[in-house]
Amino acid sequence: MTTAEILKYAIDLVAVLLLALGIKGLSKVRSAREANRLAAIAMALAVVGVLLNSLGTTGISSSSWIWIIIGSAVGGLLGLLTAQRVPMTAMPETVALFNGCGGMSSLLVAIGVALFPTTTGEVQIASGLVETISIVVSIFVGAITFSGSIIAMAKLQGWLSTPSWMQSKLRHVFNIIFAVISFIAALELIRSQGNNAIWLLVIGSSLLGIGVTLPIGGADMPVVISLLNSYSGVAAAAAGFVVGSQLLIVAGAMVGAAGLILTQVMCNGMNRSLISVLFGGAIGGASSVSKENSEYKNITSCSTEECALTLEAAERVVVVPGYGLAVAQAQHTLREVTRVLETSGIQVTYAIHPVAGRMPGHMNVLLAEADVPYEQLKEMDVINPDFPATDVVLVLGANDVVNPQAKNDPSSPLYGMPVLNVQDARTVFVVKRGMNAGYSGIKNDLFELANTSMVFGDAKKVLGDLLVELKELGVGRKG
Amino acid sequence: MSFLSEALWVLLLGSLLGLELIGKVPPTLHTPLMSGANAISGITMLAALTLIIKANGNIPLLIMGSVSLSFALFNVIGGFFVTDRMLAMFSRKTINRKDNH
Repeated sequence: MTTAEILKYAIDLVAVLLLALGIKGLSKVRSAREANRLAAIAMALAVVGVLLNSLGTTGISSSSWIWIIIGSAVGGLLGLLTAQRVPMTAMPETVALFNGCGGMSSLLVAIGVALFPTTTGEVQIASGLVETISIVVSIFVGAITFSGSIIAMAKLQGWLSTPSWMQSKLRHVFNIIFAVISFIAALELIRSQGNNAIWLLVIGSSLLGIGVTLPIGGADMPVVISLLNSYSGVAAAAAGFVVGSQLLIVAGAMVGAAGLILTQVMCNGMNRSLISVLFGGAIGGASSVSKENSEYKNITSCSTEECALTLEAAERVVVVPGYGLAVAQAQHTLREVTRVLETSGIQVTYAIHPVAGRMPGHMNVLLAEADVPYEQLKEMDVINPDFPATDVVLVLGANDVVNPQAKNDPSSPLYGMPVLNVQDARTVFVVKRGMNAGYSGIKNDLFELANTSMVFGDAKKVLGDLLVELKELGVGRKG
Repeated sequence: MSFLSEALWVLLLGSLLGLELIGKVPPTLHTPLMSGANAISGITMLAALTLIIKANGNIPLLIMGSVSLSFALFNVIGGFFVTDRMLAMFSRKTINRKDNH
């Protein structure tokens, strides 16, 4: 072993240790930020390790340096800009985009190694067969990760809606065809040890990624992104087999496994199985069924003035934030309203459903941005017993997570999903843009209850009006 | 076969480690954790780097590696910074809380 090799092993070991500590630390509030930095340092170390090892053994040619610098500069700069510019409300889309690019990177490495095998045996791979299998896995998973993530991002951004034919059973036929194409291409690649079928594999698996992701409804998207995140770990591990890097294999495997756990946690929160998310399409996707009973009767709507009057008289108020709040970017206005209420001695808490928004924790991030104290955020199990003693519940752009059908109606597709029991409170105000159904496409029985009033409008505008009304009523003025 | 068997052990133990590492996570941290783990999955940049170094002046391979490297770094740099931005909000609040009491 040369000094360079020993040094590289040492660096790799430290990097793996730091990565593991980083992932572990990220799961605790107190250590999360340091842990994220630790992981970043570990990644930098790993890069230094690769560069040092190459300098110590074969050296790095000047042409290699040029391309390394170009690639790093372009990717790093774009990443930095994106990370700084993107609004907090668009976090799920951003994670999807980053994730897709990770998949693309593994895909390109595999294609590069397959098409231009000039690496002259320096890459220590046991046999041609293992190399080919690694390449096939890397391409397959990488392409699915990329195309799936991009579709997920486009859907969350609202650039893309699901075409109706994709909602029908026909999509399974297409997906099976794509899967079979990929499978045949993979077999051909492994059998022939050549590259004839490589583009067929790329196209087949990309289409499979699109076909599987496209029909999935918005409410299920976080699960899909988490799953794709897990895939990108698998793709990285496969790329590790391709170039013979154990560090890559460890890190990829860790992310892959961790992503699976997170996916499972999210599924539990929505009372959905992974299988039904992936193959069931959007809940209530059979639009004819949901249209039949989607007619609302007995809707009470009220003005912001009435809403303000009720809030003024309340002692305990619970805010239920949802994706509508995020879309309207209304978290700061909400914070102003709750500040005014708190100044008047009204107790305000926030009920956070595990899957409110587009990702678990999405609401926590948004409310943290608006300086809402951490102690005021209550998880579903903690807040549910408190609703009967609550005077006013303010539902802001949340829908499915407050639908009593999930508790009362065994025929509802939502039945069994844990929900916030807001109907137990004395008065419920639902701030909503219109009577459209939530992402599940299911009618919300809450809206028809006697103690529910609808306040129609964009969350930010309604909250702004509410703030004015409250101030006119003298709420928030001390003494 | 030694690399392969070692690599398979590494794969197995790495997966088990990953399963254990994030057993319990408060919901608050799900999005930052996903984003952080996502940044780490950009470790595939090491593969891109290796590809460029071992390209032996093969131009298509150099370009391929370079594009791959930029995709991976986009993921890594963007991922870590975005995670930090999210987590910074939590820590700023912790400081405020200390001030209030």
